[in-house]
Amino acid sequence: MNLEFTEEEKAFRAEVREFIDNNYPENIGTRGVQDEMSREDMLAWHKILGKKGWSVPAWPKEYGGTDWTPTQRYIWSEENARKNAVMPLPFGVAMVGPVIYTFGNDEQKAEHLPGIRSGDVWWCQGYSEPGAGSDLASLKTTAVRDGDDYIINGQKTWTTLAQHADWGFFLCRTDPDAPKPQMGISFILVDMNTPGIEVRPIKLIDGGHEVNEVWLTDVRVPATNLIGEENKGWTYAKFLLAHERSGIAGVARSKRGVEQLKEIAKAEMLDGKPLIEDMGFATKISQLEIDLSALEITELRTLAGEQAGKGPGPESSLLKVKGTEIQQRLTELTLEAVGHYGAPDFRSFPDDGSNDFPIGPDYAHHAAPTYFNMRKTSIYGGSNEIQRNIITKMILGL
Amino acid sequence: MHFDFTDEQNMVRDGISRLIREQYDWDTRRKVVESDSGWRPELWAQLAELGMLAAPFPEEDGGFGGATEAMIIMEEFGKGLAVEPFIPTVVCAGGALKHGGSAAQREEYIGGIISGEMVFAFAYAEPRGRYDLANLETTAKADGGDYVLNGHKAVVIGAPWATHLVVTARTSGGQTDRDGVSVFVVAKDAQGVSTRDYATVDGRRASEVYFENVKVSGDALIGDADNGLPLIEKVVDEATAAVCAEAVGAMKVTNETTLDYSRQRKQFGVPIGSFQVLQHRMADMLMEYEQSVSMCYLATIKLDEDDATRKKNVSAAKVRIGQAGRFIGQSAIQTHGGMGMTDELAVGSYFKRLSIIEGEFGSVDHHMRRHIALTAG
Repeated sequence: MNLEFTEEEKAFRAEVREFIDNNYPENIGTRGVQDEMSREDMLAWHKILGKKGWSVPAWPKEYGGTDWTPTQRYIWSEENARKNAVMPLPFGVAMVGPVIYTFGNDEQKAEHLPGIRSGDVWWCQGYSEPGAGSDLASLKTTAVRDGDDYIINGQKTWTTLAQHADWGFFLCRTDPDAPKPQMGISFILVDMNTPGIEVRPIKLIDGGHEVNEVWLTDVRVPATNLIGEENKGWTYAKFLLAHERSGIAGVARSKRGVEQLKEIAKAEMLDGKPLIEDMGFATKISQLEIDLSALEITELRTLAGEQAGKGPGPESSLLKVKGTEIQQRLTELTLEAVGHYGAPDFRSFPDDGSNDFPIGPDYAHHAAPTYFNMRKTSIYGGSNEIQRNIITKMILGL
Repeated sequence: MHFDFTDEQNMVRDGISRLIREQYDWDTRRKVVESDSGWRPELWAQLAELGMLAAPFPEEDGGFGGATEAMIIMEEFGKGLAVEPFIPTVVCAGGALKHGGSAAQREEYIGGIISGEMVFAFAYAEPRGRYDLANLETTAKADGGDYVLNGHKAVVIGAPWATHLVVTARTSGGQTDRDGVSVFVVAKDAQGVSTRDYATVDGRRASEVYFENVKVSGDALIGDADNGLPLIEKVVDEATAAVCAEAVGAMKVTNETTLDYSRQRKQFGVPIGSFQVLQHRMADMLMEYEQSVSMCYLATIKLDEDDATRKKNVSAAKVRIGQAGRFIGQSAIQTHGGMGMTDELAVGSYFKRLSIIEGEFGSVDHHMRRHIALTAG
């Protein structure tokens, strides 16, 4: 057993750190309260990485990946978290990209992979429906073959950042009479500018516009947009969900969050002393830090297994559950820490250009919205209850 | 970065795991625990023969390893709930001697430990000291070249089986001063040592140990006089990591036993393992176990780093594993229902051992406070 990084890994860390320090665009915001950022700002780092050849590190080399080991990818995520970098969005890079290069044909690869790598094409995910959440296979959106086209009708929801999307990947029912609901689903790529698509914003409890409803009415897409075989979409969807879960632990980002929480707890005062000196609050921080240590080593154990050739398996469910619990706890404690100034809604602050009388400390402005927003993490990507079902079935064998 | 074990470590694992599997089945353990002596000296001799008692010592002391070997052995001990005093003898006394002992002491005592002839207990706790290693009422007064010990040591695990004791005592300073702590090796049959022996609730044996004008020579002092606390802190951290490994082994079996029971036991016409509320509890038990394995590795890997790093990570591990052990132990009893309450099933003994481990070498609260002191600055 050894937690030391090799000389090569240390050199790699130095290299990526230098690149990030020299190239990260300083004038863009931080994500968290997403609708504050423009499309351009959200894509800025992605485009720089695309030029460098580092936007899709986990992909196979032949499709523009980096050949980095799992440990190197871990170092990469740590260094980006250090900078609080706005990383490439997962929909293209981590979700549809791997589906396309694994199950797509040569034309599809040639058409879509370059845009995902470069950050020029924005993707969104058409999975959930009003009646199909955890029970995703019960989805009702239909795609009916008509000559060389499919005609899609239905409604998707929780479609993250679809307001910016150029393309979407949709699960549609192509065989309503299949013996099992999973067996009649197809995976279809859709140009979001196709007539018949309407994207309607959903305002969330944090006040932001992060997700949307997507209504599809007689949307005609070429049948060549079908990935793999008709009615085999569920297989590709499950593949994608497993990909989505790896890396979902968010250890590097949470570590940075703990440091920020400690800074806040040093600045806030309780009974004339910094909040961090209060045993009650200090205990909560230490508990969080300890839980995060455990998660980090568990993730490293998984990475070491991956490096030894074991693919990400059901243990990614564990990383998802524990990772999101910690992310949520972090935002709870941050809101607790800021005290009174958790209440003011930054969206309502007077826009008079004056900084003379700031409303509370800067670090308090996003505390409540971020806490509200992060409740999503135990719901998305397969709710944490669904993850426990997966552990039960795949690991416990019940 | 890797979590692989060396070939030698895998051999240690194979050897100890076979021994526990073949010779420490549940019925055997029960008989041993209920016997007069409460342990198996013949098994101890086998451990010596297999080299297990040498495993955590460096080569110059006649061993071939370190903390990782101790971790592996204690994990397997935990799986079988073995009661033999590996931690008191090899990890605690052995650790004090290997880090602080003179060449002569190491030759005599580590040699005795490795051969299996000497069995040690670690007399460090006191009735009013709780987990503060420096809070000592036991005194050792210099008397010419000798020392005279007086005091009372609490819940000295394995003392009824021991031939020797490693004892902490105050040689100068106030009752809780960091300076003035010294460490001695004392033969249990020395004039003035007396014990009251008893069983513990988790199947081991322990003693209250009383020192009344016990005279030892200057050669009995391990390390420097008055400066024994850093040595004892290191030794107790190593013991904490070892007991974390024991907990991990016990948790593994507890989880397996519970899962197995949930497949067998039927209610409402179906196995209770088909109920989602129990499935999710068992998924949580599995996640608690995996996080504990991670923390056990982390603590073990960090034992040889600087004091602050070592303490922080050992405390983090003991907090996490203390909490996980409680959750897993309680959940196991609950899932077993009434059968979990009986003395008939093994699960009750695993629960009891996990419950007592929670307080050994510092409770969750104790280690949380130490973690805060090292990280909140």
